[in-house]
Amino acid sequence: MAAPVLRWCCPARRWILANIDRGPRHGRGAPTGSRSSGKRGQSSVAQQPLVTAQKPRKGEHQWAAVVGLEIHAQISSNSKLFSGSQVHFAAPPNSLVSFFDASLPGTLPVLNRRCVEAAVMTGLALNCHINKKSLFDRKHYFYADLPAGYQITQQRLPIAVKGSLAYSVCVGKKRSQVINKTVRIKQIQLEQDSGKSLHDDLRSQTLIDLNRAGVGLLEVVLEPDMSCGEEAATAVRELQLILQALGTSQANMAEGQLRVDANISVHRPGEPLGVRTEVKNLNSARFLAKAIDYEIQRQIEELENGGEILNETRSFDYKLGCTVPMRDKEGKQDYRFIPEPNLPPLLLYDSASLPAGADPQQVINIDQLREQLPELPSVTREKLVQQYGMLPEHSLTLLNEVGLLEFFQNVMKETRAEPKKVTSWVLNTFLGFLKQQNLAVSESPVTPSALAELLNLLDQKAISSAAAKKVFEELWRSGGKTPAQIVSEKRLELMQDQEALEQLCQATMEEHPQVVMDLKKGNPRAINKLIGLVRKATLSRADPTMIKEMLEKQLSS
Amino acid sequence: MWARAGRRVLRAPRGGCRGFASPAGSPGKAGGGGVSAGREAGRAALETGRIAREVVEHLERLALVDFGGPEAVARLERAVAFADRLRAVDTDGVQPLESVLEDRCLYLRSDNVVEGNCAEELLQNSHRVVEEYFVAPPGNISLPKLDEQEPFSQS
Repeated sequence: MAAPVLRWCCPARRWILANIDRGPRHGRGAPTGSRSSGKRGQSSVAQQPLVTAQKPRKGEHQWAAVVGLEIHAQISSNSKLFSGSQVHFAAPPNSLVSFFDASLPGTLPVLNRRCVEAAVMTGLALNCHINKKSLFDRKHYFYADLPAGYQITQQRLPIAVKGSLAYSVCVGKKRSQVINKTVRIKQIQLEQDSGKSLHDDLRSQTLIDLNRAGVGLLEVVLEPDMSCGEEAATAVRELQLILQALGTSQANMAEGQLRVDANISVHRPGEPLGVRTEVKNLNSARFLAKAIDYEIQRQIEELENGGEILNETRSFDYKLGCTVPMRDKEGKQDYRFIPEPNLPPLLLYDSASLPAGADPQQVINIDQLREQLPELPSVTREKLVQQYGMLPEHSLTLLNEVGLLEFFQNVMKETRAEPKKVTSWVLNTFLGFLKQQNLAVSESPVTPSALAELLNLLDQKAISSAAAKKVFEELWRSGGKTPAQIVSEKRLELMQDQEALEQLCQATMEEHPQVVMDLKKGNPRAINKLIGLVRKATLSRADPTMIKEMLEKQLSS
Repeated sequence: MWARAGRRVLRAPRGGCRGFASPAGSPGKAGGGGVSAGREAGRAALETGRIAREVVEHLERLALVDFGGPEAVARLERAVAFADRLRAVDTDGVQPLESVLEDRCLYLRSDNVVEGNCAEELLQNSHRVVEEYFVAPPGNISLPKLDEQEPFSQS
C-alpha cells in the first residue's frame, strides 16, 4: 500500500524520511513536522505552522515539499468547444463525433458561447483577472486519440489569470481546528479534450473512440503553494464544490469530468526548489492525497540515498499504490506552439466597453455574468454558521458530503427541534451510520421526514434520547415504519404519569434499603445506582433527570 | 501591414530569435534536455546557415517526417535563409502580427447539438475498424536513432 497515512497536516510542513511501504512492511513512523524557521528557499509564500509536532529524531533531516496542480474540468455544455456534436458520457463509440472532431480536411473550429461563459464565470468565482482579449494556440503532439495532431488551447494569453482559491483544512486530534489556506491560481484556459484510447495489449492495438474529442475543458493551474497530499486534496474538493455550484462543470472524478496532474518537488528548507516530477492519472479523489504523499516520500528517500530526481512524468498505479515512470513520455516534449490561424482573438466586454447596438448573441458582458453568479460554497457555509450557530467545521462537513446539506435543510424544514440538535444528529448519528455501511446520502434508508419526526418526538420529551437512538436504529433497519409506529411498537414512550413514577420511586427505595442507607451516608454513587434501579423498573421509559429530581424530593421529605 | 513597416529605414538584420513563448516556460511541462538542445542548435543554424544533424533528428521525431536525404536538408537551409530576410525589416515598437484575422470578429455559436451521429461514415475512412472503434498501433512507437537507421535512400 501507499506511504503511511499522514494524520495531520501543518502549513510549511516538514517531512521526515520514513520507510516507504512497498509491500506489507509498515513504516517506521508517520512523517511529522516541526516549527518552521520561516525560510523556505525561493518559495514566495511563507506559511507559518500553527501545530507543533515532535522534534525530529537524531540523524533525520528536514525536508519541505512543494506541490502544484493542473486541473482539467470538463465544461458542462450541450455541445463541444469548437463543433456542434453532443457532449455525453456514455454513448456508442464514435457516435458523437462531427467531421471537425474527426479532423477531416476542410473543417474549421467554431467557438461555443456557453464554454466561454463557463470560463468567465469560473474565473470570476476564483477572483481572477479576466483578460478582455485572449488568444488560441495549437499545441502539437502525436497520439492516436488526437486526430488533428494538435490540440487547440490558450497558451500565450489565457482567458483568466492571477486568481486565488481559499480552502480549509481540519487539524488536531478530532480534526476540530480549522485552518484557512489559500492557493494562488496562475491561469484558467479553454482547451479541447482528446478522444479515448483503449489499449488492447493482447492484440497489440489501441482502439480509439472520439466521442470525447473536442469536448471543452477548463484547465485551472494552481501555483505550487501546497505542501502535502491533504492540502492538495482539500483544494481540489473546494474547486469541485465551486464548479458544481456555478454549474460550469459537474466535476465528477469518477466519470472523468475532473482530472488532476500534480507537480511535486522536495527541497531542504532554505535551499532552492528541487527538481520536480509530474504525476499524471490522479483521477480518484480517494487516492489523490495518497499518491502525492507517496511521491514526496519517494523523492525524499531517493535524495537521502544519494540519488537524484529526474524531471520526468510519472503515473500513479492504483493497484500497487505507487508512482511509476510513464513509458510513453520518455524524452522531452516540444509542443511547437503556434497561434491557431483559424480563430481571431476572443474579445470580452464589460458594461462600460460594450459596443452600442451589438448583437447580444455575439458579445459577452463580464459584468452581466458577475451579477448572475450563483451563491458560492464559502458563502453558503458562512450563512449556515450565522443562521444556525453551527461551528465552521460542521458547515465544512455538511457541504463536503454529497447531498448532506440538502438532507439537513429538509430536516430543518419539518422539525421544531433546535438547529444544534439537528446538526448533531445529522453529522454524528446519521452520517455515522452512512459511513459505517459506506452509503451515499442518496442511498439512506432514513428520509429527512422520518428524522424530522423523530426529532420532534424528542423535542416534545415524548421519548428519551436513549430511546431516540433505538428508534433511529430501527428506522435504519426497517425503512418503512414511521418513528411513531416504532415508539408504540417497542413501548419506548417516556412515562408521562407523574404519580405512577413517584410510586415506583417509593417502591424501589423500599426494596433497596441498603442503597438508601449508602446514599444517606453520603456516597455519591448511590444515587446513580438508585436511578438505575428505578429506570429498570420503568423499563427505561423514564427520563433519568426526572427520576433524579423525584428521588431527591422524596429523600429530602 | 507591410506598408506601415516599410516606411521605416531598413536596418541590419537583428540577432536572436523574436520567438514564440517557449514551451519550457509553461507550467508543468518538462523543460531542458532535448528541447533546449534543439532550440540552441536551431539558433546556431540561424547564425551559420547550416542545420546540424541533431536538429534534423529532432525535427524528424517531432513532426514524424523523413528528410530522406541531404538534398532535403539543403532545401530546408535555403528556406530558412530566404525567411531570414524578414529580419531586415525594423520592427521596433510594432506589435507582431500573428494572424490576418486579428481585426475580425470571433463568431460565437449557440450551445446546440447539430452534428454527430455519423459513425458509419467516419469509420469508412479507417483502414482497420473493430466494432465501431478506430484501430491504431499500440501507444507511441519511438523512432530509432539516426545512426541506427538505414543510410539515406534516394526517393
